[in-house]
Amino acid sequence: MVQMTLNGLRVEVEEGMTILEAARFYGINIPTLCYHEGLSPYGACRLCLVEIGPSGQSKLVSSCTHRVEEGLVVRTHSERVVKRRKMLIELYLATCPQSRVIQDLASKYHVTRVRFTPRYEDCILCGLCVRMCAEQMQGKAIGFAHRGSNRKVATPFDVKSEECRLCGGCMYICPACQSRCQGPQEEEPLCNACLNLDQPCLNYFDDNMCFMDPCVACELGAGREAKAKSRDGRL
Amino acid sequence: MEATSRLAVPEDLAGLRERLKDRLDEKKPRLVVCGDTGCTVRDSRELAAAIEKILSEQGLSDRVELKVTGCLGFCEKGPLMLVFPGAILYQKVQPSDAGEIVEKTVLKNELVERLLYTDPESGLPVACAYDIPFYKLQNRALLETCWYINPLDIYDYIARGGYAALAKVLGGMTPEAVIAEMKEARLRGRGGAGFATGLKWEFCRSSPGEEKYILCNADEGDPGAFMDRSLLEGNPHAVLEGMIIAAYAVGAKEGVIYIRIEYPTAVLKLEEAVRQARELGLLGKDIFGSGFDFDVIISKGAGAFVCGEETALIRGAEGKVGEPRQKPPFPADVGFRGKPTVINNVETFVNVPLVINQGAALYHSTGTESSGGTKIFCLVGKVKNTGLVEVPFGTTLRQIIFGIGGGIKDGKKFKAVQTGGPSGGCLPEAMLDLKVDFSDLAQAGSIMGSGGMIVMDEDTCVVDVARYFLQFLKSESCGKCFSCRVGIDRLLEILDRIIAGNGSVEDLALLEELAVTVKDTTMCGLGQTSANPVLSTLRYFRDEYLAHVRDKRCPAGVCRSLFRYRIDEDLCAGCGACAEQCPAGAIKETDEGCYRIDHGLCTVCGACAETCALDAITKD
Ligand SMILES: Cc1cc2nc3c(=O)[nH]c(=O)nc-3n(C[C@H](O)[C@H](O)[C@H](O)COP(=O)(O)O)c2cc1C
Ligand code: SF4
Ligand code: FES
Repeated sequence: MVQMTLNGLRVEVEEGMTILEAARFYGINIPTLCYHEGLSPYGACRLCLVEIGPSGQSKLVSSCTHRVEEGLVVRTHSERVVKRRKMLIELYLATCPQSRVIQDLASKYHVTRVRFTPRYEDCILCGLCVRMCAEQMQGKAIGFAHRGSNRKVATPFDVKSEECRLCGGCMYICPACQSRCQGPQEEEPLCNACLNLDQPCLNYFDDNMCFMDPCVACELGAGREAKAKSRDGRL
Repeated sequence: MEATSRLAVPEDLAGLRERLKDRLDEKKPRLVVCGDTGCTVRDSRELAAAIEKILSEQGLSDRVELKVTGCLGFCEKGPLMLVFPGAILYQKVQPSDAGEIVEKTVLKNELVERLLYTDPESGLPVACAYDIPFYKLQNRALLETCWYINPLDIYDYIARGGYAALAKVLGGMTPEAVIAEMKEARLRGRGGAGFATGLKWEFCRSSPGEEKYILCNADEGDPGAFMDRSLLEGNPHAVLEGMIIAAYAVGAKEGVIYIRIEYPTAVLKLEEAVRQARELGLLGKDIFGSGFDFDVIISKGAGAFVCGEETALIRGAEGKVGEPRQKPPFPADVGFRGKPTVINNVETFVNVPLVINQGAALYHSTGTESSGGTKIFCLVGKVKNTGLVEVPFGTTLRQIIFGIGGGIKDGKKFKAVQTGGPSGGCLPEAMLDLKVDFSDLAQAGSIMGSGGMIVMDEDTCVVDVARYFLQFLKSESCGKCFSCRVGIDRLLEILDRIIAGNGSVEDLALLEELAVTVKDTTMCGLGQTSANPVLSTLRYFRDEYLAHVRDKRCPAGVCRSLFRYRIDEDLCAGCGACAEQCPAGAIKETDEGCYRIDHGLCTVCGACAETCALDAITKD
């Protein structure tokens, strides 16, 4: 077991766990797009970023690939983290507006504008399908080709793969094409129909996030003001 | 070449060196021709062949030595040639000059004045290379050896003290002592991050396991950088010697040199160096009778900038796709083939024998408190003297650009200098007194990188520069991190908008916010530094960005959508030369006998302005 500080709480976690696993174990919800319990961590979507280290010298790392260490100080929803995540979500919206997973994230993080030209590119190259095919289906029919902005998921040399058994595992796991959000129309990459989803309440708790998800304060109808009061320790 | 058998014990090396003493004879006439890329493309090989022919015709071959070496440094003035004794530097030498040089300088001890360097201040010729400001103001601790040795001949290296450091280490130093020496010398990695070399070795040494590796990072992917190539081509044995010492210090038996295939000459020279070192028993089993075994293989990478990143390089050397992975674990714990690995840059390895030979204290007397020794820079761009420049850490940018570099070309004004390769920052005139060191440059918003230094003059538009470097990074990113792949792409989208004249003041805020996000949220050094060109130009040249978005004006006259060419009718003599040159047929004669540009047809190529003898065509 190792001791670490998670959002201001001293916690004990099992050695070898990733920060993401430890956080989930303690009920803290870190958003992810390229992570799946059944697959090896990949670290490409960058949404699971957390801030580690003492403030002043802290840095952001992807929690799905970073293992816990003795004495590690982790903040999963600090101001810096949330700001960067919001920007990432905005970029995701401009890349793949029709994904329900992404629209939900936007609502949850109260991302209410998209300042980039939407491109409807579909694939966000999270690599879930590639790992699904290789690790769960023992298929290895698809992989990544090219680099930089030319990177894509493809079969070798773009020809129909003999390894592919048409199992559909890749489509099942895809966050971009699996479930579509009907909200966004042409030229409007934002749906925000689910904006009532609770967003991280940074304004109320600073870096010491309430780790209830969904947030019970709101569920109980205590409302935002109650949260504001709780900041002064009155709730 | 000498026929020498294996060097079984350190004393054999001393004996061999004694026998090679003739090679150090300073009175023997020696002609040194630069055989490195810059001079080779300007026919230096033909020059060497011409000299050889003349020497043999005149029966001088035995008395006069001809050497083709690695880069002599002053690339701007190539093809270069040195004549010893006296270290007389001849510049821009053509094969046809060979006869005169042999006849006058070698036989009669006279100078060929027209080939000498002329001091721009005094207008007088300077004969001795050591008196030329470009060289005089440097501290060429690493590069100078390249003047004296034939890189294809291990005996040349040995005659000049080569492998003596290895003999000293294997002749009685413990690995711990070697590491302590590196630490005390404050040797820091020259590959970019500036990590303390001694510490890195210690981590790897203390990492559990028997099987360990040494990797040499010879991927040098920065555009415009050639310091590692010059060292590999000019003094390959120094790299090997450094690697062997490192291997001894960390307890590795195998090493890999990962070199880009785009450096064919360096590959050839390395292969030859490895072969010769094996022949003398400097690589292989039981080196110097110490019981220590070590050998290297050369792994050729198909040049990708990102493969210079250490974790990507390791994967590349393993034969996998060169993609970085998250650290920790660091290579010192989990590296090549999953085993503890030290990975150092070429230049770092070349410093290692120097530290051992000089001793840490003397070595550290050069440089700054935190970084010992010298650093090689590739000084390029709009400076008078381009080339390889070696200076102690702590030298100011001004000393490098205006002292060694001789200032800006063509009487123009200095605008900015970009340090550290494509992902470095652009520093303005006000920062010229900054000392080059890892921390100082980082604080100023740039990086040391591996030592690129691009000087820009007043005709450069910083927005355009930022876009240029981002374009490079966009195509070199591995594309794994969403924020690197898409972030850089979207940064470019905003810059394109600004350059096309469609930017707004809000765009600047968005640009900055996105740049910080890319820097903060990416996994490897490429993504983390990719925003530097944008952030540093925004920091130091915000006015220029504002001029682009607010006034729709490009002050440097580079962004074509933001200015027009205009013919000053008072100056125009009506010669019509411009109209002839215009590929778009946009220039028409007016009734008054002048010419005028039809802006509907003009593509702003600038051909007319270049043609006009009266300078009547200006940017507007
Ligand atoms: C994108 C990127 C490119 C790099 N390219 C090189 C390179 O070409 N050569 C090099 O020696 N180091 C390069 N590095 C730095 C290496 O990752 C590593 O820090 C270095 O080789 C360590 O050696 P050193 O301690 O001797 O500097 C690069 C790093 C990044 C992030
Ligand atoms: S930061 Fe860029 S280059 Fe580095 S791993 Fe991520 S995508 Fe690849
Ligand atoms: S879940 Fe960690 S980077 Fe995607």
